[in-house]
Amino acid sequence: MLSRTADHLFWMSRYIERAENLARLLDVTWQTSLVPQSEEAANQSWAAIIALNSLEEAYAAKYSAVNGENVLRFMVSDHDNYASIHSCLRLARENAHAVRGTLTTEMWETLNSTWLEAREKSFEQIMNAGVGDFFEWVKVRSSLSRGTTIGTLLQDEAFHFIRLGTLLERADNTARILDVKYHVLRPHGDEGATDFYQWGALLRSVSGFEVYRKVYRDVITPERVAELLILHSDMPRSLRFCLSGVVKNLELVANSHSDETMRQAGLLYSQLRYGRIEDILKVGLHTWLTDFMDRIYLLGDGISKDFLIPMSEAA
Amino acid sequence: MNFYNEMYDANGGVREHYKGYETWLAATPAERIERKRAEADLAFHRVGITFAVYGEEAGKERLIPFDVIPRIIPSKEWKALQSGMRQRVTALNMFLWDIYHDQEILKAGKIPAEQVLNNAQYRPVMQGIDVPGGIYAHIAGVDIVRAGEGEFYVLEDNLRVPSGVSYMLEDRKMMMRLFPELFAKHKVAPVQHYPDMLLEKLRAVAPQGIADPTVVVLTPGAYNSAYFEHSFLAQQMGVELVEGRDLFVKNDTVYMRTTQGPQRVDVIYRRIDDDFMDPLVFRADSALGVPGILKAYQAGNVTLSNAIGTGVADDKSIYPYVPDMIRFYLGEEPTLNNVPTYMCRKKDDLAYVLDHLAELVVKEVHGAGGYGMLVGPASTKEQIEHFRQLLIAKPDGYIAQPTLALSNCPTFVEEGIAPRHLDLRPFVLSSGKCVNMVPGGLTRVALTKGSLVVNSSQGGGTKDTWVLED
Repeated sequence: MLSRTADHLFWMSRYIERAENLARLLDVTWQTSLVPQSEEAANQSWAAIIALNSLEEAYAAKYSAVNGENVLRFMVSDHDNYASIHSCLRLARENAHAVRGTLTTEMWETLNSTWLEAREKSFEQIMNAGVGDFFEWVKVRSSLSRGTTIGTLLQDEAFHFIRLGTLLERADNTARILDVKYHVLRPHGDEGATDFYQWGALLRSVSGFEVYRKVYRDVITPERVAELLILHSDMPRSLRFCLSGVVKNLELVANSHSDETMRQAGLLYSQLRYGRIEDILKVGLHTWLTDFMDRIYLLGDGISKDFLIPMSEAA
Repeated sequence: MNFYNEMYDANGGVREHYKGYETWLAATPAERIERKRAEADLAFHRVGITFAVYGEEAGKERLIPFDVIPRIIPSKEWKALQSGMRQRVTALNMFLWDIYHDQEILKAGKIPAEQVLNNAQYRPVMQGIDVPGGIYAHIAGVDIVRAGEGEFYVLEDNLRVPSGVSYMLEDRKMMMRLFPELFAKHKVAPVQHYPDMLLEKLRAVAPQGIADPTVVVLTPGAYNSAYFEHSFLAQQMGVELVEGRDLFVKNDTVYMRTTQGPQRVDVIYRRIDDDFMDPLVFRADSALGVPGILKAYQAGNVTLSNAIGTGVADDKSIYPYVPDMIRFYLGEEPTLNNVPTYMCRKKDDLAYVLDHLAELVVKEVHGAGGYGMLVGPASTKEQIEHFRQLLIAKPDGYIAQPTLALSNCPTFVEEGIAPRHLDLRPFVLSSGKCVNMVPGGLTRVALTKGSLVVNSSQGGGTKDTWVLED
């Protein structure tokens, strides 16, 4: 397969996944902002979303105040913000457009009509119709893309690069959500009372609330939330689950110079496979997650260099 | 002016080959057709069968309007057209071989040598190169119109990178989807095997000694107006769609960058003009091409389809000589008509053209796509005066032809069904001794009342083209 084709497929799936995770996070933040709380606490949650995406500067250039409406506008519909849902859906479609011959008709039509519909939605329309409906729509469209991919695409190299993109992006996004939310919820790492609603919201943002109940059948504790999202083998949005898939798909596309990337992926996976939450918390969750995200970035870089268009050239 | 109507004869009777369709149309409620038309629009949008228009907002895509009334050609007429095109394209390929080898036709004085050798489309780098099978234009799009009492004329031979075949295929698919019952009633010759035929031709012209050639389609990229077609053809043939940056040349051999390392490429169906193919030889500012590809081509390690330098045969200044080429190379009389052409570089012709601008169509010799032309009868005084100045300033840049009374065909327009002018572009495929085409082509229709310009860039639409089997 052409390196450029693989590159487009990889980024196409990353952008869809990113749009979905962003919709999940915004949705939960929106819902919890409706629960009675201080204005300061509410705005802190919104600020966390900007921090999560390292967009403080771009945000400050456009808006002076951090509040729900501004952050939603910036992260949902802002055409200039390359990380907004609008931009992610556009970029997913642009990448798909460049390789539409490699996609199945169903996949292409799903991505194309997602973008055509998104393009028609102004921020005001989205808010008037209920922003929750919009997030639901983004999640459904993402599920539809994933579904048509799994249900119609030949499971060859194209499929493996799409899965690599999806899983790598999801690992990064889950780590970011956990990092920022954990920090907001336990700024001093104190062992005080935990806020059921806030932790519930964090779990819901990664579709983990029901999973948590099923796995632990117990009250929500921060340690277990971290354990579920980092180390659980079967939770589809956990870091371990994602890395397991990354290793598997990398093996399937391996070429003569991908050994080092394979080794790095295997190393990272084995930490998740054999790690314990106590040890991770001992290092400090923030420190551990920062290191994890750096290594995910390096993995992406390695994949680009070995198979795709090196990121330095692509820019 | 009286126009030949494809559906009705001069007395208003329905032509034999349209009878079945006309009966169906009369019996079908207008709302049903309206619904189907809306369905077609929606489907074309969703599938993304669009084209980009140069000069409009970057990345903006438009639909080419699709008309649901088919253009029907009876078997007998098609057979005549087919043998005429076969003859014509064969002669054009022989002309190209000759021009790039011994130039017998110039020596024989059939065509003034300077017309060929000073033509910007003549590529000296091709001199003496033996292309596989002696074929230069593997894919030719011959533009045919019907005029006067119904006789066919060749308006133009497109031998560089003719486009539109994807619309021929998609229009058929759409018609079959919207009105399957019509296909049960009519014996419409199938066209869907075009991509197979194309792949077979491309494989057949691979460099010698390559048993299982790797074929690719080379596109300028996703923002090109015909990108949909490039990706469509690559997908239908099951070959890679590459851009210039995906290819590189090493030891005069072309490779593509793949996830498993470099892979050799043997045949390139290129949808990029000569000028952009190799920045080392042609335009140095081209980012679309592949540095060094011309040397690999000259070394015979890769086949370009179409060959470099075919433009010298489809240039409008060469067009008037095609009938002579047919006589010279094949010893036959041409069976398809050429449109009488005034070559403005000739003093007498220029004088005549300047006197009759209001009646003539004036075309730029190197123009294409319906840009840079004057349709006298449809132009204002200012436009005509503007062209007069252009002609006087650069007479050898133009040719002129009588304004043909292009045939028309009933077409859905805002006010209902009305006649609109149309043309036909069949796609002729050549390799070695064999010249083939699928029965049909792209019918383009000028949707503006009275307009004779059918190009999609000028607001033209398309129709499904039916060749009826006996």
